[in-house]
Amino acid sequence: MKFGVVVFPGSSCEADCYYIIDQILQEPVSYLWHAEQDLRGVDCLIIPGGYAYGNYLRAGAIASNSPIMEKVIAFGKKGGLILGICNGFQILTEAGLLPGALIKNRSLRFQCENTLLRVEQTNTPFTSTYTQHEVIKIPIAHEEGAYVADKETLERLEKEGRIVFRYCNEQGEITPETNPNGALNNIAGIINEQGNILGMMPHPERCAEAILGGEDGERIFSSLLAWWQGGAGR
Amino acid sequence: MKEDFWKEVGLSESEYELIKEILQREPNEVELGMFGVMWSEHCSYKNSRNVLKQFPTEAPWVLQGPGENAGVIDIGDGQAVAFKIESHNHPSAIEPYQGAATGVGGIIRDIFTMGARPIASLNSLRFGSLKSKKTQYLFSGVVSGIAGYGNRIGVPTVAGEVYFHPSYEDNCLVNAMSVGLMNHEELAKGFASGPGNPVFVVGARTGRDGIHGATFASEELSEATEEKRPAVQAGDPFMEKLLMEACLEVIKTGYVVGMQDMGAAGITSSACEMASRAGTGIEIDVAKVPCREEGMSAYEILLSESQERMLIVVQKGKEKEVQDIFTKWDLEATVIGQVTADGQMTIREGKEIVAQIPAKALTELCPRYDREAKEPEYLAQAQGYDLASLPEMEDYGKVLVTLLGTPTIASKEWVYSQFDYMVGTNTVVPPGSDAAVLRIKGYNKGIAMKVDGNSRYVYLDPYRGGQIAVAEAARNIICTGGKPLAITDCLNFGNPEKPEIFWQFKQAVAGMSEACRVLGTPVVGGNVSLYNETNGEAIYPTPIVGIVGLVEDLAHVTTLGFKQEEDIIILLGITKDELGASTYLSVIHGLEAGKTPEIDLELEKQVQQATLELIKMGLVVSAHDCSEGGLAVALAECCIQGKIGADVALTENIRPSSILFGESQSRIIISINKSKIDLVLQQLKKFQVPYKVLGSVGGDSLNIAGSGWKVNVDVAEMEEKYREAIACLMKG
Repeated sequence: MKFGVVVFPGSSCEADCYYIIDQILQEPVSYLWHAEQDLRGVDCLIIPGGYAYGNYLRAGAIASNSPIMEKVIAFGKKGGLILGICNGFQILTEAGLLPGALIKNRSLRFQCENTLLRVEQTNTPFTSTYTQHEVIKIPIAHEEGAYVADKETLERLEKEGRIVFRYCNEQGEITPETNPNGALNNIAGIINEQGNILGMMPHPERCAEAILGGEDGERIFSSLLAWWQGGAGR
Repeated sequence: MKEDFWKEVGLSESEYELIKEILQREPNEVELGMFGVMWSEHCSYKNSRNVLKQFPTEAPWVLQGPGENAGVIDIGDGQAVAFKIESHNHPSAIEPYQGAATGVGGIIRDIFTMGARPIASLNSLRFGSLKSKKTQYLFSGVVSGIAGYGNRIGVPTVAGEVYFHPSYEDNCLVNAMSVGLMNHEELAKGFASGPGNPVFVVGARTGRDGIHGATFASEELSEATEEKRPAVQAGDPFMEKLLMEACLEVIKTGYVVGMQDMGAAGITSSACEMASRAGTGIEIDVAKVPCREEGMSAYEILLSESQERMLIVVQKGKEKEVQDIFTKWDLEATVIGQVTADGQMTIREGKEIVAQIPAKALTELCPRYDREAKEPEYLAQAQGYDLASLPEMEDYGKVLVTLLGTPTIASKEWVYSQFDYMVGTNTVVPPGSDAAVLRIKGYNKGIAMKVDGNSRYVYLDPYRGGQIAVAEAARNIICTGGKPLAITDCLNFGNPEKPEIFWQFKQAVAGMSEACRVLGTPVVGGNVSLYNETNGEAIYPTPIVGIVGLVEDLAHVTTLGFKQEEDIIILLGITKDELGASTYLSVIHGLEAGKTPEIDLELEKQVQQATLELIKMGLVVSAHDCSEGGLAVALAECCIQGKIGADVALTENIRPSSILFGESQSRIIISINKSKIDLVLQQLKKFQVPYKVLGSVGGDSLNIAGSGWKVNVDVAEMEEKYREAIACLMKG
């Protein structure tokens, strides 16, 4: 399965994503420079975290208009797999591939910490190796990570089962106390209507090895591979 | 030019006379401005250089010692680590967000200038009492400035330390450290070699910001300082990220002859330092420097401290290749001059020569001063304070909880959770342990790093305090499973023209040097920050040690939290009746007095070596050094991080306050599996290290029994106090 990691000049998690695919998943992966428009025939795109163009404006606002995004949008609309992590999630909402927006954390500060997530949907290419309502540990690191959307959108996301991860506690309970950033309905990650584009604020690439204190994040990548090998790629 | 313009640029009359003698003529205004910044303490180290000569700087693993943009050490496998610490105190005291942010930016540039990719940032911060509104403003501004810059550039901030003490009320300290990784062959240096080679300025445009920042950093603060806010630069971390990536890419081409970042004193310092090191000259046309605003004078362009700029000397004929890389990163790269053979720093504005000074006159010919040193009067009285007359407390459990809730001791989670400490996916030991450990991808090894310094120890005995600063930093590395390799230091003191301050400085450096020699950790770089005074009041003398060590095998990585029921707790080292200079005295009795704890460097070395050997043998489950708050606080931290209790007996025949809260040096708490006790004790005897079996891990409270007294505190209660103290004060 061929992966591509989109690199904006201010991306900072591109090498971390590359490493996971190359070293842990051991699948082919290449970097895709923001100024180019060639997706090199990849099967899955990763939009990594970081500060694409500095994020001095709304996070992701400039990136969503960069040359490569035209191709990314077309790729996504055709059903291509896209995983947006942190700033990648912000870019996907700014580009209109995912609904809603990410606003400043309730604390008004940058927050780097481990969070617990409840897996709400295992029937996606990104989460098939998790069990329904499994509690997993994946860290966040963001200042603008509170997911918001208008009432109708939120209702639709809920009804269509498109909320993939929610912040929870060890028992899997979803409460205001388990919400690190003020996201509506404790939303940590959502999927698009077609089910091929996932955006999430937590960083799965940061907990995909035991030495870094957890491996729960690795299963997002191995789910993608399993899904691909299970038929989607043939 | 005004007659006494030399005064305005911070020069003394004798320095002005010396300049005339060197030039054999009157300097013009531009030249005087250049001398002013280059001969400031900040750039020239004129008051400190003779003292700094005491530092040992060599070891077989040192690839680059002091004198370059950063020190570099070998870590095997053809790899090297570049690291350095630097102060940004004055700017942060005036404009905390930008002051701290540009401090981070400056030190990161020093690292990638050497050809190393920055992989970690650290910081050491000092503020006044956290109860004061001003401190809260400075503290939150500095922390968000570090976060705003460090997070954006994608380098994790992995370790640090914060102390609160009234002596820093108006003069906070912000010391930033950066650590980078490279292959040996990528080592780049700041040499302007090869006459005829083009000189590039790359990165941000030059603006009117930060003019005379270096001079400002070399003066005391006062009410009038507020007006110097324009001397503080504004940072653009996105620009720096581009600059970093482009510079690292351009170094890999092999076309770079020399590179230096433009920090203090901007183009002036980078150009004359590079020429001076190479024994060459440099010719620059300021009209070619891309400026942010129109009508900037030569004087302003030469002294601007606009951030995110570099000076690069490139092989002649490779201009296009170099330019293309910067273009790819959307950066300007402009040829502004060339290297010459005449040893002169020649500044043109178009055809006209506006300044011409021998490059070495700005660097090596700066006068050096041996200031008068005199023991301060406060010292004898403070050291002689009769601590024996202090009453013992009724409830030591309560004292322990109070200490855990003291901002200096309490968890710094409020700070480090604002820093992205995970980006790069190498952080094996995150903030909150004795030192941070980063793995090196592709190898089974890691590097441990930490910053440390206790100014109360230095205030009450600069020599011993200096020794302890180095010893404790090394101990922190040992406790995480690393072998200490080398240090970088940031020496924050008051006005060196005052004999008492200079005495503190000399003594502290002598103590540090001695500890470096005994512990085998040379100094490979650093920074001196003097004139840390407000309205004539100096800060506590604050030498900060930044240290890097090698974890030879990631299996050696050790953290401080107790891990499992029934593990045996052992204390290495000796607990003495030493309450002097302790946090306990300061917090509970309001006393900054007594003698700084003794330190026997040979014992220190033994304890450290024994601990590391036990770790390497796989016998150590947890390790933690005893520092502020003494044994009781250290045990509490082991319990809090491990979320498990402990039962220990402390039977020394000294008073309970000293046993619990005295800060005797060279002590490390380890926990081991109970089945390994015989083996561990046998090893400790072999190492001839004094030790004491204290008790065992288990339960959900910390129980300490002494002769006729005891302490019982729930871990949950300690944790709440420890974790929430700073957040609570910041909410208030």
